Amino acid sequence: MSAMAPEPFTVTARRRETPDTWTLELEPEGGGRRPFAPGQFNMLYAFGNGESAISISGDPDGGGPLVHTVRAVGLTTAAICRAQPGDALGVRGPFGNAWPVGAAEGGDVVIVAGGLGLAPLRPAIRAVLARRDRYGRVALLYGGRSPDLLLYRDELDGWAARGDVEVAVTVDAARRGWRGRVGVVPALVAGAAFDAPSATALVCGPEVMMRFAVAALRDRGVPAARIHLSMERNMQCGIGHCGHCQLGPTLVCRDGPVYSYDLLGPWLAIREL
Amino acid sequence: MQTVAELIAELPVFAGLAPERLELVAGCGGTVRRRAGDELFREGEPADAFYVLRAGAVALETRAPAGPPLVIETLHAGEVVGWSWLVPPYRWHFDGRAIEDVRAIGFDAACLRGKADADPALGYELLQRFAQVMVSRMQAARLRLLDVYGTPVPQ
Repeated sequence: MSAMAPEPFTVTARRRETPDTWTLELEPEGGGRRPFAPGQFNMLYAFGNGESAISISGDPDGGGPLVHTVRAVGLTTAAICRAQPGDALGVRGPFGNAWPVGAAEGGDVVIVAGGLGLAPLRPAIRAVLARRDRYGRVALLYGGRSPDLLLYRDELDGWAARGDVEVAVTVDAARRGWRGRVGVVPALVAGAAFDAPSATALVCGPEVMMRFAVAALRDRGVPAARIHLSMERNMQCGIGHCGHCQLGPTLVCRDGPVYSYDLLGPWLAIREL
Repeated sequence: MQTVAELIAELPVFAGLAPERLELVAGCGGTVRRRAGDELFREGEPADAFYVLRAGAVALETRAPAGPPLVIETLHAGEVVGWSWLVPPYRWHFDGRAIEDVRAIGFDAACLRGKADADPALGYELLQRFAQVMVSRMQAARLRLLDVYGTPVPQ
């Protein structure tokens, strides 16, 4: 099948994460599984509305349904979020490269997520925890706007309860009664337990948040080449043909979305990019 | 048992301070314990103390009319609670409440201001260190003002 032809999938489950964000589970109408690597994305097609690049947020090892967490911010994503169990969505992919979870083995891992940025990191977290003995200390630092807008609350509690993962969650604002932290997620980096020179950092969130997080990681001494960020641009074809997602001399859909900061840093300093 | 000078030498805000200055600062400090839920200070009251947390957490809160308190920020082990003691008119800007059992070093602000007045080099050193605390809080506030997690505005 052509990489440009969407394959029909059926929505099998739909869960509301926040007022405007939904997690959908999808099964291919033709059966089978579509393997993916943590960090990759699919093009989801809401028939009659359009197509949008959405990170895969399921378990890369589980063999279960295809899982996407989608925020309704435009016509296409709103249509995807409205899809009910039994409805069909088109899927192209998976596309893009992966978080370096294999290369990170043997060292500490610090995962910094902001807002919806936890969704593309969830497969990496699952992959690391599935092979927990291959890593040193693991820290998950997650920030959101408010407690009701955090993703995967039950899963966060489960990861924290494991005892072998440091989970720190912070929000920008909260009422009294919230038992977590209030503050910005980059501020969590200073207090997290990891060996900075040998740690691998995986970062995903709004670009401004990532810039602050990278600064905090660099202050701690994490080498630029060991800091990896997932970038978002206007992905359309997904296969490096159309050029809409150009970032510096690369195409995010083909060469990304995951970049190491030693490569990415100079481009982020160019304001026109 | 560790002396106050030994305890504060381990706190990030005083890291690298010369031993004789540590002794001067320690002379204005003492160990403090608070239970979760205890109020440490209240907005508008004289900022006659500040704290550096060794364990536990403190929430800075403000109040809206007829609404529950809003948590501005939470502070944790190693962090400074309070810089209002250093800047006139020396009044707390927010309420401070322990949200976990707290162990801290508490400092008498008038005592430390007096030593800073008498020894401007010490005063300058303290001002530099607390300016860093203020800058990091301001930068965090600016980042939150951007509301980076809010609904994206279509380009």
